[in-house]
Amino acid sequence: MLFNNPDVWEVTLLSIKVSGLATLISLLIGLPFGTLLALSKFPGRSVLLTLINTGMALPPVVVGLAVAMTLWRSGPLGGLHLIYTPAAIIIAQVIIAAPVVTGLTAAALQALDPRLRLQLLGLGASRLQMVLSIWREARLPLLAALMAGFGSVISEVGASMMVGGNIRHQTRVLTTAIVLETNKGEFTSAIALGILLLLITFLINFALTWIQQRGAKR
Amino acid sequence: MSTLVEIRNLLVRRAGRPVLEIDHLNIEKRQVLALVGPNGAGKSTLLLVLARLIKPERGDILFIGQPATGLRDRDYRRRIGLVMQDPLLLDMSVYDNIAIGLRFRHVPGPESARRVEAWAERLGIQHLKTRKAANLSGGEAQRVALARAFVLQPELLLLDEPFGALDKKTRTELLRDLKALLPTTGATTLFSTHDDREVNALADSKIELADGKIHTESSV
Ligand SMILES: Nc1ncnc2c1ncn2[C@@H]1O[C@H](COP(=O)(O)OP(=O)(O)O)[C@@H](O)[C@H]1O
Ligand SMILES: [Mg+2]
Repeated sequence: MLFNNPDVWEVTLLSIKVSGLATLISLLIGLPFGTLLALSKFPGRSVLLTLINTGMALPPVVVGLAVAMTLWRSGPLGGLHLIYTPAAIIIAQVIIAAPVVTGLTAAALQALDPRLRLQLLGLGASRLQMVLSIWREARLPLLAALMAGFGSVISEVGASMMVGGNIRHQTRVLTTAIVLETNKGEFTSAIALGILLLLITFLINFALTWIQQRGAKR
Repeated sequence: MSTLVEIRNLLVRRAGRPVLEIDHLNIEKRQVLALVGPNGAGKSTLLLVLARLIKPERGDILFIGQPATGLRDRDYRRRIGLVMQDPLLLDMSVYDNIAIGLRFRHVPGPESARRVEAWAERLGIQHLKTRKAANLSGGEAQRVALARAFVLQPELLLLDEPFGALDKKTRTELLRDLKALLPTTGATTLFSTHDDREVNALADSKIELADGKIHTESSV
């Protein structure tokens, strides 16, 4: 009875799609950028790392405010008509998740023995072969970075509400739906949605813990 | 004999401090040269410079009579073999570790397999091929690191304290095996060490480094 409401599944699916896509885009940004930060030396590198780490703690409502102002009809990118669309939620979630993926990618690669890079180059690796080899070497913490990125956006509510508008059949995701159902006093639906969100975050944390324990065993 | 590597007028700084100054050094083809000297003398630095992993501040390194600039770093490195002070194996099987440099060079599978098998056998680690590198003892890991360099059939072999981290028994066994194997590689070899036994067993000449300078150069 809890779950035979088709809206519940629609909302869940949209949540996974939106946050999954945002995480994927964050990976495309964060993996190369985090690698660059970890491997190269340039002036301002530590300032940049500090900024990224600050970005990892960006309050989602502040991101929501900034994205809403940018996409607002009269805002600088208002002409794109993205406000209150899934794309707007994805943009906000990328801004939240990309620093997480970037920062954790850099941390994962910096945790490797720095001499490993020299050894790989000394074995004749090209730059690309060297980078692919150390990604492979850090594959578990990199997977953890990816899941932490997903975890940071799937349970985020402020930005999704502000830039998505919680429109039924269009931009209603798990978190915003829970807020709405609770405000209406529709606790049955709110609980059903809450259980699904819990299940998703539980699976992520379970996998993260499993990865960390496998890493610790090595 | 002909010269494989010639160093002229070399100066290397690390963290601003000069750590290696060599006016002239010739390394002949097929020579086995031991680098000795106390910790901090510059042995590892010299090996890394020869692997083109540290850029000198000035000086020329000629490889088979050609200036270093004539070959791209990667193409040059694909003619050498480097074993650093620790095995630095990757989190994969022993077989894949030994084959990694061959994969970087795109050596075809059957040829790669043939060389890996041959060197695993010679170094007595063929029974470990499917094991994870993380589960090896220190001596086994060092043999894998050596095999990984030997399969490349390098013209120049650079070994940084290849026995450094091993206990006495393991060290003696590996020294005995390497004494038999090194001449079969045909490679010109530079290795650093603290141990006169290793110098006498393997080298035909030795260089004593102190404070980044060549103190004495002698045949063994
Ligand atoms: N990564 C580094 N950064 C700065 N200085 C270094 C570095 N590695 C080594 N050195 C310095 O270079 C000098 C030579 O070191 P090294 O070549 O490692 O000596 P050895 O291998 O003979 O023990 C030492 O004074 C050491 O402190
Ligand atoms: Mg050293």
